[in-house]
Amino acid sequence: MSGTLRGALMGAVFTIALGTGTAWAGTIKVGVIAPFSGPFATVGKTFKEGIEVYQAQHGKTVGGDTVEFIFKDLDQANPAQSKALAQELVVKEKVGYLAGFFFTPDALAVAPLIDEANIPCVIFNAATSAITEKSPRYVRTSFTLWQNTVPLAQYVAKQGVTKVATAVSDYGPGIDGETAFKKTFEAEGGRVVDSIRMPLKSTDFAPFMQRIKDSGAQAIYAFLPAGPTTLAFAKAFSDTGLKAQGVKFYGPGDITQEPDLPALGDAAAGIISTFNYSQVHDSDLNRAFVAKHKELFGSSDTVTFTSVGAYDGAHVIYKMIEATGGKSDGLKAVEAVKGMTWESPRGPLKIDPDSRHVTQTIYLRVTEPKDGKLQNTEIAAFPNQPDYGFKVGK
Amino acid sequence: METVFGIAVDGVAYGMILFIISVGLSVTLGLMRVVNLAHGAFAMAAGYVASYAAQTMGLPYGLALVAAVLLTVVATLPLEKLLYRRIYGSANELRQVLLTIGLTFVIVAGINYLFGPTLKRIPLPEMLTGTLDLGPKSIPTHRAFVIGMGAATILALWWLLERTSFGIRLRAAVDDPAMAAALGIRTERLYMATFALGTGLAAMGGVLGAELLPLEPYYAIRYIVLFLAVVAVGGAGSIFGSAAAALTLGVVDTAGKYLIPNFGEFFFYAALILILFRWPHGFFQGRAA
Repeated sequence: MSGTLRGALMGAVFTIALGTGTAWAGTIKVGVIAPFSGPFATVGKTFKEGIEVYQAQHGKTVGGDTVEFIFKDLDQANPAQSKALAQELVVKEKVGYLAGFFFTPDALAVAPLIDEANIPCVIFNAATSAITEKSPRYVRTSFTLWQNTVPLAQYVAKQGVTKVATAVSDYGPGIDGETAFKKTFEAEGGRVVDSIRMPLKSTDFAPFMQRIKDSGAQAIYAFLPAGPTTLAFAKAFSDTGLKAQGVKFYGPGDITQEPDLPALGDAAAGIISTFNYSQVHDSDLNRAFVAKHKELFGSSDTVTFTSVGAYDGAHVIYKMIEATGGKSDGLKAVEAVKGMTWESPRGPLKIDPDSRHVTQTIYLRVTEPKDGKLQNTEIAAFPNQPDYGFKVGK
Repeated sequence: METVFGIAVDGVAYGMILFIISVGLSVTLGLMRVVNLAHGAFAMAAGYVASYAAQTMGLPYGLALVAAVLLTVVATLPLEKLLYRRIYGSANELRQVLLTIGLTFVIVAGINYLFGPTLKRIPLPEMLTGTLDLGPKSIPTHRAFVIGMGAATILALWWLLERTSFGIRLRAAVDDPAMAAALGIRTERLYMATFALGTGLAAMGGVLGAELLPLEPYYAIRYIVLFLAVVAVGGAGSIFGSAAAALTLGVVDTAGKYLIPNFGEFFFYAALILILFRWPHGFFQGRAA
């Protein structure tokens, strides 16, 4: 490289550095860690879109300070990398808030960091109950497996179903779901006739279906992480004739998340799930949310639970900034949102002061075709559901 | 008894799907001596073509399958000429791995960019949905169809490699390329045709197997271990070996999942280790069709 060229480059670097330096004044930065590439890239995309919709509706400034979101890509569950990215955001980018997190281990990994730096961390998804116990600076705007499963198990018991087989993926959230279902359902007088834990990497589900058939269950409770396995599972359920025999399919709403519905096709029709959000939720706020999304991004087909998780997360962060007057004080910010209530596109929300997790309405939905595509139609609502899994102690 | 029958039927059905996806890899690895890690990527690309043809353009399933196989073969032939030709032969193993894994990454990123990371499906015709009754046990019609296609593929490949002059010349070229060339066999063309055969089989497997291994951009990386396992157990280049390996692994995996689901993939990999311990080169080493 010639001397002149190097000089010119150095000059450019300084100019850019100075330029961004001046822009920092009055800017509050929020670091968002989520998968933006790789198999879970849709999640990061929905997070980002949810935040952008919120900013389009509510402006980009709070009390004179501009709120800037900085996105960091973490393509799979990788706690060490999560911590490194968080550290980079805190030390180099000087963020005042951390947010995002799709996987539980990634969210857990930053606990010591947010405590040391006194930074609030708003979790948009990671759904294992135990996370918020690990630091007083965690606030979560998504859901937990317990929160979705307890009202579902009560509903199933009320339908006169007495024998259920559970089939869950063999990892943290799956086992949470299995435990929550079993505990609630058996307390209601039902019986879990078989508990199948399926390897995460399963591709062929026919043997599990045979087991379910042999167990004589009237219904199944199933949980698998959204994605290819769910598709193969739902297909196997209908292809092996279980569906035709009248066995009912219940599960938390992850399995029928909106972006996967076109691929699931008819196999998904008739699945009954409980969840905190459906794209077709009947409220003006939700219609405005979906319409704004469509206006900004051209399509609203992928609006799903992670979209509202981020949307409401952005709302919580705005309120925290408001309460602290733009100064960075993690505990004060978290303290300010404890007990906060507001109306979201998914319905009424409240941050529970103890668990710092949202207490919300859980909806019972059936997946059915309407106007040529599948949707999750809400058929009942269970208001004020807390995180039943908080401090269950595992 | 019913359990045993159930395991056998489900195991054979799963095994046949494994076979149909892996046999193309066995052809390229055994006959061309190329470790083609991009095999899964070719299968995936074909699946996406079929999905696009069937869903967006509304072609019937059969036509979409044929179109996907043909398009994949046509699209990969320039790759053979530009890239693969330089890495033939067992002396180039490291280069083969580097090139084909790189190619896989490129295809994964390309598919991700063009079609997005969500799942895609290939809608089945009315005829192939529903279940087929086999006495005490019923299996999905689509699986029965795949089993039939698998059996037809075994026979067709056996006939092609053992009973035609193409097969004779190919085997000659594989055993001793220099001598075959000296005898006037145009080895370059032969290799090109075999490469096309390999990718064509990959494409067919990708489309037919899409019900079990759903299409998404990471398909190419997610399932390649599965394909390699089948080829390793069967013996590279052996059609019957691949079939035997796929069926064995399919039945073992199904039995394990049915009887002790908590053990997960344990039985699949335990079988893999034991078989390779006893037959380090696979069931049918290299030679027979």
